[in-house]
Amino acid sequence: MLKILKYSFFDLMRSRWSYVYFAFYLLLGIVLLFLNNDLSKAVITLMNVIIVLVPLIGTIFGVMYYYNSKEFTELLLAQPLKRSSIFLGQYLGVALSLSMSLILGLGIPFMFYGLFKSTAIWDFSLLLITGSFLTFIFTALAFNIALSNENKIKGFGYAILLWLFLAIIYDGMFLMSLILFEDYPLDTLSLVGTMLNPIDLSRTLILLKLDISALLGYTGAIFKQFFGTNFGLIVSLSTLTLWVILPVLRIIYKSKRKDF
Amino acid sequence: MVTIQNLHKKFNKNVVLSGVNLDINAGGIFAVLGPNGSGKTTLIKSILGMVIPNEGNINVLGNNIKNNSNYRSQIDYLPQIANFPSNLKVKELIKMIKDLRGNHTKESDLIKLFKLDPFLDKKLGNLSGGTKQKVNIVLTFMFDSPLIILDEPTTGLDPISLIRLKELIQKEKDKGKTILITSHIMSFVEEVSDEIVFLLEGKIYFKGSISDLKIKTNQPDFEHAIASILTNNHA
Amino acid sequence: MRINTTYCLLSLLLLFTRFAYSGTIEVCNDCPITSLKEAIAFAKPTDTVLVKKGTYKEHSILINKPLSIIGENYPVIDGERKGEIITITSNNVTVDGLFIINVGTSYTEDYAAIRIKKSKHFTIKNNVLEKLFFGIYLEKSNYGKVIHNKIIGEAIEEYNSGNGIQLWYSNHIDIEHNYVEHVRDGIYLEFSDNCTIKNNVSTLNLRYGLHFMFSNDDVYQNNTFEKNGAGVAVMFSKKIKMLDNTFKENWGTASYGLLLKEINDAEISRNTFEENTIGINIEGSNRIIYKNNNFINNGWAVKVRGACYTNSFLENNFLYNSFDISYNSKVNDNIFDKNFWSNYTGYDLDKNGIGDVPYRPVKLFSYIVNRTPETIILLRSLFIDLIDFSEKVSPVFTPDNLLDNNPSTKKITW
Repeated sequence: MLKILKYSFFDLMRSRWSYVYFAFYLLLGIVLLFLNNDLSKAVITLMNVIIVLVPLIGTIFGVMYYYNSKEFTELLLAQPLKRSSIFLGQYLGVALSLSMSLILGLGIPFMFYGLFKSTAIWDFSLLLITGSFLTFIFTALAFNIALSNENKIKGFGYAILLWLFLAIIYDGMFLMSLILFEDYPLDTLSLVGTMLNPIDLSRTLILLKLDISALLGYTGAIFKQFFGTNFGLIVSLSTLTLWVILPVLRIIYKSKRKDF
Repeated sequence: MVTIQNLHKKFNKNVVLSGVNLDINAGGIFAVLGPNGSGKTTLIKSILGMVIPNEGNINVLGNNIKNNSNYRSQIDYLPQIANFPSNLKVKELIKMIKDLRGNHTKESDLIKLFKLDPFLDKKLGNLSGGTKQKVNIVLTFMFDSPLIILDEPTTGLDPISLIRLKELIQKEKDKGKTILITSHIMSFVEEVSDEIVFLLEGKIYFKGSISDLKIKTNQPDFEHAIASILTNNHA
Repeated sequence: MRINTTYCLLSLLLLFTRFAYSGTIEVCNDCPITSLKEAIAFAKPTDTVLVKKGTYKEHSILINKPLSIIGENYPVIDGERKGEIITITSNNVTVDGLFIINVGTSYTEDYAAIRIKKSKHFTIKNNVLEKLFFGIYLEKSNYGKVIHNKIIGEAIEEYNSGNGIQLWYSNHIDIEHNYVEHVRDGIYLEFSDNCTIKNNVSTLNLRYGLHFMFSNDDVYQNNTFEKNGAGVAVMFSKKIKMLDNTFKENWGTASYGLLLKEINDAEISRNTFEENTIGINIEGSNRIIYKNNNFINNGWAVKVRGACYTNSFLENNFLYNSFDISYNSKVNDNIFDKNFWSNYTGYDLDKNGIGDVPYRPVKLFSYIVNRTPETIILLRSLFIDLIDFSEKVSPVFTPDNLLDNNPSTKKITW
């Protein structure tokens, strides 16, 4: 697996898209910091970028990489290699190179800006950690979609739909159901609803840092426990980990049963 | 060398192989023939473990291939379409496959044989189809495995390279290796193979030497013999 | 003029008698006088009682003549939780430098560490009060000073705890440089006018850092209210000036930096509201001027709960609040002008420092959260941004005249 990971990673590191992705983040970081000169505002904008763009890019890139490297995968399949190591290697290669672009692209301008001396370093690290989690989750979901769909167009279609659903539609439905059932105690429902969507979950993690004053304004004992202590942070991080593990397990399961 | 028992495979509702039994003994060149969609590639991919059978057993060199990947180190496989990661250089690809399989290899002779030296530092994405196929051939033959599987090896090759390929196949055969070939070029098949396996509608229709086939179909030459099988069965 | 002269003469006379007759009585564990009570009984008016370092187990100490009680190196007056400790019923009393502990707790009487009853011109300073019920209780007493005291309670529940400094029908009082923590209300004023509250720190209190009820014409300035149940509550009062204070980290359900309820004609300037669940919560308050305040990282910078008319918000900085303004009605009679809003996304083509597009500080989402509080969990999601944007383009649920027509493009300084 590590060998495949190595080759996928270096293959991607040399591809044009990694540079574009890296350059995009670099530019974003520079514009936010040096033209705006306001760290708090930069962190807020970055959060929006991370919870919207990172999943989108992870999904598209994952699907694209899978379909593009199909023949290569077949070459590998004829070698004495385990299927799970081939696919996990490729998956990790994509996810790691995307995370690298993200972390370096945003990290470098922030480093020059003097982040290490700033108090925002925790907020910023949290952003990068969440961004990396989202990359791993959505790349894994993309691999799942691609493994289940031989048809490229269909695969891309489902990938876009998945992103659209988790980034926008889910929240719309979530909001509707909260308003619809407003007469009932809702704090459990709203926390569970958040856990079920990795984008919402990452957003909550960032809210714990940015909007804690507003979040603490609500009654419900569960809300209070969740936001008031480290409990929320621990639960969110472990659920995010689960969100990585489950799709990866399905990649292994699916790849063992697939014909090429 | 390879034993296949009662092999069934369908893709969705499309039955491709229905009860294939096949014994391939060590040594010699076997051609797998059949009309389009008869399951040649599926059969080969089943042997390689790339297609997972619905039913049946496959043994390669005495190992059941189910949930096994190590047996593939005894197989050299030439895939039908040679498409490689376009960012890699030829040299790097060869190095990488060597790295993945970790055997002693003889790629330098092969590179000379197919005159690939000038391409070693080029990226795979920039190569022509024929050159890619040559690279493909090098990757296949550079390992010294007892079983060689070639899926349409002649695709895109110029006449000289074709002759080189034939010589190469002959040389490997002389070393006592087992070679499995699929091809649409009948003259090529006739020239190189010792025995043919004819697949029709997911079953083995014929297995034997070319002369046996000619006798069975009552045809003077190989191409007509094949044609007669097809017309008789579709009439 | 005539009255004035008489007054001067009287004061001189007073001063004179003091110089002429006042003596000093020492209290210590091995002195002839070993208790405060004895010393007070023995003392003549205007005498000084000097209390040496030591522990004095006394309670219900009545000071009924003009005396100065001065502690040396913080002598401990231990009330042993038996009731009130010092009660002052005379004018011109000074209590300075005592360490008073263990006030009794009662459900029927408000025992205090120091109570001043119907007296004038008192000075309570440099005292430390611990383990108390009520701290310093001013009852119908005027023209006094409460300066530089440190009051540390251990209140856990509201119903059985008292306030740090309490004023009841007491006017013209100066409360300065005090530090109050862990009581019910840090400082509480009821029916008390013309008081000045300056440079105090009130923190970690159960209910309010500072609490006004029915008190008019008071000023509080340069105080810090941090981590209280709620920062400051100003209720049913008029003409209060709130200047240069810091309201910080007042977190929790229905918690706020500043609560205004039925307040008219107040001035709120140069204050900083930082990281409160609600910066200012306003109910039924009119003609208030909010100028040059900083609202930083609050959940809600300003929450308006109806019946608020002709208030103006001028030249304030609204920085990174989850919500800038929240309204629960469609009617608006308040003015927002020349504020700086960090959420402003407009442009300034003529470079005059004023954005060319008005800013709309009320978001649709704040309306939704008012209705269904749990939806707060969707804050900052893409879907919410989308509906906020559509509401911004064509307001349906929020007052459409609620605009800052001249949003500043630069942070305002003063």
